[in-house]
Amino acid sequence: MSGRTDVLIVGGGIVGAACAAACAQAGLTVALVEADLAVGMDATAAGMGQIVAMDGSPAELALTRYSQRLWDDLARSLPEDCEYERCGTLWIAADDDEMEEAARKATRYHEHALQAELLEQRDLYALEPALRPGLAGGLCVPGDSILYAPRAAAALLAEAERHGARALFGCRVRALHEGEVELDDGARMAARTVVLATGARAAELIPELPIRPRTGHLVITERYPALVRHQLVELGYVKSAHGTDADSVAFNLQPRPTGQLLIGSSRQYGRADPAVDRVIVARMLKRAIAYLPVLHGLDALRVWTGQRAATLDGLPYIGPCPGRAWLFVAAGHEGLGITAALATARLLSDHLLGRAPEIAPEPYSPARAWLETVVRA
Amino acid sequence: MAERRTEVLVIGAGPAGLAAAAAAAACGRRVLLVDDNADPGGQIWRGEGRAHLAVPARFEVRCGVRVVDACGASAVLAESAGGVERLTFDRLVLATGARERFLPFPGWTLPNVVGAGGLQAMVKGGVPIAGKRVVIAGSGPLLLAVAAYLRSRGARSLLIAEQTGRLRLARFVLGLAGAPQRLRQTLELRRALAGVPLLTDAWPLSAHGAGRLEEIRLRTRRGERGERCDLLACGFGLVPNTELAALLGCRVEAGCVAVDEHQATSVAGVYAAGEMTGIGGLDLSRIEGEIAGYAAGGDERKARAGLGPRRRARRFARALERAFALREELRELPDARTLLCRCEDVSVGRAARYPSWRAAKLHTRCGMGACQGRICGAAAAFLFGWRCEHARPPASPARIATLAAQHEV
Repeated sequence: MSGRTDVLIVGGGIVGAACAAACAQAGLTVALVEADLAVGMDATAAGMGQIVAMDGSPAELALTRYSQRLWDDLARSLPEDCEYERCGTLWIAADDDEMEEAARKATRYHEHALQAELLEQRDLYALEPALRPGLAGGLCVPGDSILYAPRAAAALLAEAERHGARALFGCRVRALHEGEVELDDGARMAARTVVLATGARAAELIPELPIRPRTGHLVITERYPALVRHQLVELGYVKSAHGTDADSVAFNLQPRPTGQLLIGSSRQYGRADPAVDRVIVARMLKRAIAYLPVLHGLDALRVWTGQRAATLDGLPYIGPCPGRAWLFVAAGHEGLGITAALATARLLSDHLLGRAPEIAPEPYSPARAWLETVVRA
Repeated sequence: MAERRTEVLVIGAGPAGLAAAAAAAACGRRVLLVDDNADPGGQIWRGEGRAHLAVPARFEVRCGVRVVDACGASAVLAESAGGVERLTFDRLVLATGARERFLPFPGWTLPNVVGAGGLQAMVKGGVPIAGKRVVIAGSGPLLLAVAAYLRSRGARSLLIAEQTGRLRLARFVLGLAGAPQRLRQTLELRRALAGVPLLTDAWPLSAHGAGRLEEIRLRTRRGERGERCDLLACGFGLVPNTELAALLGCRVEAGCVAVDEHQATSVAGVYAAGEMTGIGGLDLSRIEGEIAGYAAGGDERKARAGLGPRRRARRFARALERAFALREELRELPDARTLLCRCEDVSVGRAARYPSWRAAKLHTRCGMGACQGRICGAAAAFLFGWRCEHARPPASPARIATLAAQHEV
């Protein structure tokens, strides 16, 4: 590779692939290096593949909303094997407290011009009759969608390659230097800008980034078409899944276009081991059965784990490193890597081309990592 | 969740498991033998397994019990019609056997193209075979055994296509001279098949028919030929079932569960015997089962008595492996459109675009369907030289209720 590369992207997950596509489309010369043998093999493949508007904070909602719109635009040209489907999300309220939360959530979504419809108990069961009786109601967000993320990453990379980008697989980067990266075999690749998009592994190359792996478990079933029509998430999700450092589970289920059901979710810190933790799987499935009793008698095919890239404040790091203008970070998306990939890539290309971004980039700046590190010290 | 405690638990009631259970019981241990089939006997003694149980059996046999995962240390998770239970043990003997290897060729997914062992099981289960024209193709002694059985049940015409070469096969039979009993068995089998053509250097190239099998094309020593038939039963050797062992943490090497002199796996207290430790046939399976059973039962002296016979049986197993090694040409059987994964409709050509089994799985979903790669994984390993191991729970599809019960301990 010659020294003329404008952008060198380290990491071939969906975020790296999206960055490659956005930069190559913008006319930049792009190279991507990935340690694994193919695109989208790590967290991209391990996750649920959802494109959801999330309102954990105003910045999260701005980012996910923006990215969702970009996906909607792209959806028409995605190959069929990406299995893009706008199934919508049903946030389930178990009781009156959660109904109030649903109403607050609806208001926040409406403020961002997002469609969201409060559901009375009767409406909820009309949409999803298999849910357990006695739930209070919910919130339907019809704009949310799902896709098969490894293929979407492959489609994005193919788009980048059509615009001249080059991808190298089986190459691990061991160090980042100004204007170049150093591969495991000692070879160096030069580039004007280096983009770090290695998700939960980002801290291996930039130790100052407080990104921690947060393990999740998923279970996939045999094919049971039309049993469930929407992505289902309990409103307790925010409380139980995001809040604390402790192990947690929450009910989250998707009907896949294959007719299979994908069941989550769990969050655990401090497990580097990819082995399945049977105890948390059991907790997760009990919770799923509590919401969708019919699951009890269905067959599970496979259980697996993946590592989310969690940050301290729940927002990804997107932007140049302080004092290292040549180094751009695009990592730390936790459970929203698929959702936010396109917005992340757009913020990168806007930055490189000096275009005005459509959303304020400051909340995602990696500078806060250094700030946080100082504060913690 | 119900809990059952036993001193020695044996999983798999084929020849190895039955021998292990009997040996452990002879050591005075309380033994429970479980199997996921309706009857004991494994694939080889299907339907006649009871005849191989000592009467009265000195151990408990429970069929219809499927062990799906590990469940903490010294226990496994099992489901049956009665629900889910945790089986706790002091010692465990795994004897989960092997499955047939299928290789894809154009038309292999047509109705009435079946597994050789699978067809035998179907006929034992009551599927009528009388008057049918059957071609049995693939490799290994199983083909002859299946042919003899089908003939005894009235199959009209039979043809055996063995992929290995005539010379290799002749060398193998000559080598049996040192083992008169095996030679006698082989000759008896051949006599039972008198008049049944056995083609060597022969294999199926393609299967044809409108909606179901009508004709196959065979490659033979004399070139290509057509053969009209009602059934094509294929089996290209056997593949050890290592899934459960892997979930228990046992080391798996080159597709077989690694064991030491006493059939102990890399996990303390867990033994493995029979085809899952390497394909070796009935005699080796029984000897290994016995060694594992005595070792698990705590009688080292009796376990060691099996070492000599095992050495001889392993020699035979190695000769078998050499004689029936799959030939390179079989890699060229499928064309790009031939299905590799039936569960997820993935062609050989699509899978071939990827550099590894994992990449092919994630990008095409091959091996991600109901069989979890049990069939296409072995085929892909042969076709592409990939390492196709599956080490995700459950060991076989399991009810969600079963997996949800795991933490009630």
